[in-house]
Parts: sequence; structure tokens; C-alpha cells
Amino acid sequence: MSLPLLTVEGLHKHFTVAGRPLRAVDGISLELERGQTLGLVGESGCGKSTAARTIIGLYPATAGSVKFEGHELTGLSRRGWEPYRQRMQMIFQDPYASLDPRQTVTSILTEPLRIHSLGKPRKRKLRAMQLLDAVGLNPRHLNRYPHEFSGGQRQRIGIARALALEPDVILCDEPVSALDVSIQAQIVNLLEELQERFDLAYLFIAHDLAVVRHICRRIAVMYLGKIVEIADRAELFENPSHPYTRSLLSAIPHPDPVAERNRTRIVLEGDVPSPIDPPSGCTFHPRCPDREKVAGERCVREVPELVTLEGGRRHACHLEPGSSHGC
Amino acid sequence: MPLLDVQDLFVRFDTHGGSVRAVDGVSFTLEEGETLGLVGESGSGKSVTNLAMIGLIPSPPGTVQAKTIQFDGRELFGLDDVEMRHVRGNLISMIFQDPMTSLNPLLSIGRQLTEVLELHKKMTRKEARGVCAEGLADVGIPNPERRLKQFPHELSGGMRQRVMIAMALLCKPKLLLADEPTTALDVTIQAQILELMGALQHKHGTAILLVTHDLGVVAGMADRVNVMYGGRLVETATTDDLFGTPRHPYTSGLLASVPTLAGDAEAELFSIPGAPPDLAALPPGCAFEPRCAHADTRCAERVPPLEPLAENAGRAVACLRAEELTSPAGGAS
Repeated sequence: MSLPLLTVEGLHKHFTVAGRPLRAVDGISLELERGQTLGLVGESGCGKSTAARTIIGLYPATAGSVKFEGHELTGLSRRGWEPYRQRMQMIFQDPYASLDPRQTVTSILTEPLRIHSLGKPRKRKLRAMQLLDAVGLNPRHLNRYPHEFSGGQRQRIGIARALALEPDVILCDEPVSALDVSIQAQIVNLLEELQERFDLAYLFIAHDLAVVRHICRRIAVMYLGKIVEIADRAELFENPSHPYTRSLLSAIPHPDPVAERNRTRIVLEGDVPSPIDPPSGCTFHPRCPDREKVAGERCVREVPELVTLEGGRRHACHLEPGSSHGC
Repeated sequence: MPLLDVQDLFVRFDTHGGSVRAVDGVSFTLEEGETLGLVGESGSGKSVTNLAMIGLIPSPPGTVQAKTIQFDGRELFGLDDVEMRHVRGNLISMIFQDPMTSLNPLLSIGRQLTEVLELHKKMTRKEARGVCAEGLADVGIPNPERRLKQFPHELSGGMRQRVMIAMALLCKPKLLLADEPTTALDVTIQAQILELMGALQHKHGTAILLVTHDLGVVAGMADRVNVMYGGRLVETATTDDLFGTPRHPYTSGLLASVPTLAGDAEAELFSIPGAPPDLAALPPGCAFEPRCAHADTRCAERVPPLEPLAENAGRAVACLRAEELTSPAGGAS
């Protein structure tokens, strides 16, 4: 088997809040293959964005390893990072905040080329025009400013900027959640088209599981800084194994009134606990609908390991897989 | 007689960029105990419709015009501030999207809740406190007495939204205006809040006008749905009819664009080309015409009226081709 493009092992990112450790990312491991899309889903505060930012080096990792084609990235100097920066890019959630309002589109799109000293100025401008064309914008709009574009168009500019250095991996942090439904579909389709055209790998962070189902082949579900389940799309959606995954899927409202009337929803009690003071054992245990199915107080005492099950699925739960399918 | 009857509502904002017609001739009714969904994308005018009914459009820059806004037998349009204040929070209550900013961070939860009853029901603070504690218990907040003493920052987003709901229901209003009540919440918390709203509506018989962009939420909550586009209603139907057989090309395009947990995950998502219209420069014809796959020359000439369908007087569509396009899904479904 060839080496995965990106290998993350036991990655930790801790912050200190009011003198206490906050384990935002608490030992996650995942692999991303060339040309593939891995979804990273979870509710706000579960650590999915922090994970992405740590992977790409915006935050220094507290512990663990991130390898790009086998090369260790954590602990690299700014200089050491340079060759990898070109190959890993990022798209952000908010198309209003992620573009400098005082730069023209040309300037935004050629900045990565300038920083990495690629191409002559005239060539760079040509490249910017190609990029605009690739993301479905009019190449003649090079001299416009971000405020002259709609939200969806701005997100296209953000995507064009990420493509400028011909990366292998793009980390997409909620790239469509700020967009309206009709625009969201355009951007999802564009991302898929670009992936095919440029053989891109995406780490796709989102909280909307329906969007993730469309764009990701494999999906990792996070809860309080940990991955609780990773599985291929069909397995995760048709046969979720972790009780949190099942609750999450069951909580999503369907745009179908008949289905809405006839389904039974698992409504989780309580809120997501604070990551400063996480529950003991399995951090999901206070809200878990299946907790009583595990003998003794194992869920309260013992942190479940992420174990590999049949078909390459991994989950972190004390419950025997397959014994909880009551829904 | 319907509980709410809005006819020919217009809201205009005068800006540096010209006059923006945020709501352009909207008419609808709402029955007692009914849940009416008002869906549309950002800038379609759904929130402004809500705010205009209860006199919350700042003027200037806003101007509200209406033939009538009848609520429970009384005319709301043209009420002065003092009269409107008696309606708001008392007969008609509101829940807003953002539970973080709609509570006052400087006042305790108890103070903010009792104020409603002191103002509208002339209760003393002590009497009000008891009712408020019951109200909090009603929305599933454990330990209400302790919560009354807390401040908003001490509560999670879901808890704050529960407080907002409790506050909105204190005076037992007949109508609740809910503007994206679960949009800022995580999906597991959203499920809790939707379940709670359903239960409370069942208990008190409150009518709900639910403004949302989330078609899944509407499908589960609403009896009927109004679809807005470019400041106008383009389709109104029962929830089952709307989702089962959408008749306006925008409605069917919108429904087809939503990624779902069912259906083919590999298939390309249907997407509506182009972007929503600029409300300061609406085209002379149908606002959806530039993006519509079914538009013909007539569509660009005049604004299509919202007319009942021949086969079903209970639903209306603002499309010149509605009768001939029985399933205008744009080839997607």
C-alpha cells in the first residue's frame, strides 16, 4: 500500500484557560489519501477546527505527529515549513472575514505566488485570470474588491486563492455553512469538480452531516477533542456504530414532512460538557442513551480506545458493536 | 376569522445605494394554533416581514405600508409606540435567532423575566418571581430558583434559548414569532428545542410564525409554508403539498439543492444558477426570472401575482407558468 498523503497520529493541542488545561484536541489519529475527501464532523467546540489548524501548523502541536508523505511536520521551523505550505492550503468559513477588503482580487490571488517567489509579475496576473476561470468567475473582474462580490462569489475567490500554489491538500473549514442553500450546492459541486481536475485531497470540516455525506468518502466524528468513530460513508450513515454518531444522525431534521412525522428521534439530554472539565471515562457517558447497556460503571471509569472493527471502521465505545441497534 | 390577517405589506429602506424594497406586497393569514413556516434565503425579506408586523422596523431608514395587519380582531398597522408596546411580549411574543445577544448581559435572568410580568400583568416582583420559576420549569430548566439568580453568561446557548422561550410564553400569547429559533444551536440541542416548542404549542395552543431557512426544520414543525423570494411570496401551500409537489420553479429548485441523508450520495447536487436578486434593483418582471430554467418572454415583463391554483384553492403560486408546469424540478427530481 502506498503511503497516505497525510498521516496524523496521536495529535494533541492543549490550551491554557485561566490556569487550567483545555484539551481542545485530545489525541486524534487519521489518514488522508491523495485525491480523497475525509470529513471531520462534530458540534461546536468539539475541536474540529483546532485540529485542522494544528495539522496545517497554524497552532504548534502539544504532542503527536503530523506527517506529509512520511515527512514529519510538527516542530518544523518557519523555513522548514515552506515547501509544505505550498502543498497544503486552507479555505475558511466566512467569505466576508477571510478576504482582505483593501486588496483587489489580483492582489489576493497573486499574494501566495509573491510570497513563494513563483513566476514573473505578468505571468502571475495570467495565473490569477486562469484561477478565476477555474472557479467559475469572470477573469475580467481581476481589479475588483471583495465587497463587489456576493457571499458565494467571495467563497469562490477564497477557493481560487487556495488553488494558486497547486496544492495537494486543501483543509476546508466549514466552507459552505455561511452560504444559502442554493449557493451552497454550487460551491459543493465546484469543490468536487476541482478535486477531480487537480487530484486534490480535502480534509472537509463541517457540522452539516448531509453536506458531508455528499462530498466525503470517509468520515471521522469528533466529540470533546476525540474521534469517537471513523468509517466509510455508506457504513457510517447506514449503520452508525457509536451512540453519539447515531444520536447526531437522528437529530438532523429531514426536508420531508412524511419522514419527519414517522421517525423516532433520539433526543440527547443536556449540553456538551466543558472541555476544561470533561467527564471521567468516556466523555460522552453523561449524555449517552446506551450507557446502561454496558455492565458496571465502565463508561464512567474507563476511557474507551479507538479500536478497529470489521471493514476498516474504527470506534471508541465500550459497547459491543452491533448490540445497540434499537433505532 | 383568522388570528392574523396581513394584506399588502410593503417595507422599504432608503439607503445611500437607493431605495431597497425588502418586502414588496406580502399578504397571508394565520389561523389560531397553526404553525406557519416562512422560508427563504438571506435577504428574501422573511425577517423584515416579521419585524414589520410588530412595529420593530426603525424609521428612518425604514418605511412600512400595509392595507391591514389584523390580529385577533384588532388593527396593528398604525398603532403608536405605546399601544404597540402593549401588544408586543404580551399578545404577540418573539424569539430571535441569537440567544447570546437577545438577553441583557447586565441583568439577572430573574430580573429580565419578571420585568415582562410586572409590565404587562401588573404583578409585583415577588408574585412574578413564582410565575417565572414555573415558566423555567416548563421549558425543562432544572433548578429554576437558582437559575433566576444567574446571569446570561453563566448559561449555555441551549439554556439561553430555553430562557428566551420561557420569557416569550410568560404572558400566554396567542402568537409566537420565531425567527430562526434554532439556527445558532448545534444539531443535538436544536432537536431538544424543536421538541420543546412542539410540546409547548400543544399545551398552550399558541400559533407560531416560524421564520427559517432550514427546510428540514419547516418540514417537521409547520402546518403550512410560505416561500419568499426577492421580497415577495412566491408560493404558499400545506407543508405536505409544498414538499410533495412544489409548483414554483424556485421552490422546487430550493428543495432539490438541499443535500439530504437519503438519496444518492454520489449524484451531483442540483444547484440553481446565479445569485439572489439585488433588492435595490429588482427586475421589472418575476424576480426569479434571471435564474429560472422555465422562464419565457412574458416572465420578464411583469410581476406574476400570487394566484390560487385551479385544482387546489388552498395553495397559491406566483408563476405565470404554474398551471402548465406541474413538476418544474428543473430536471433534478
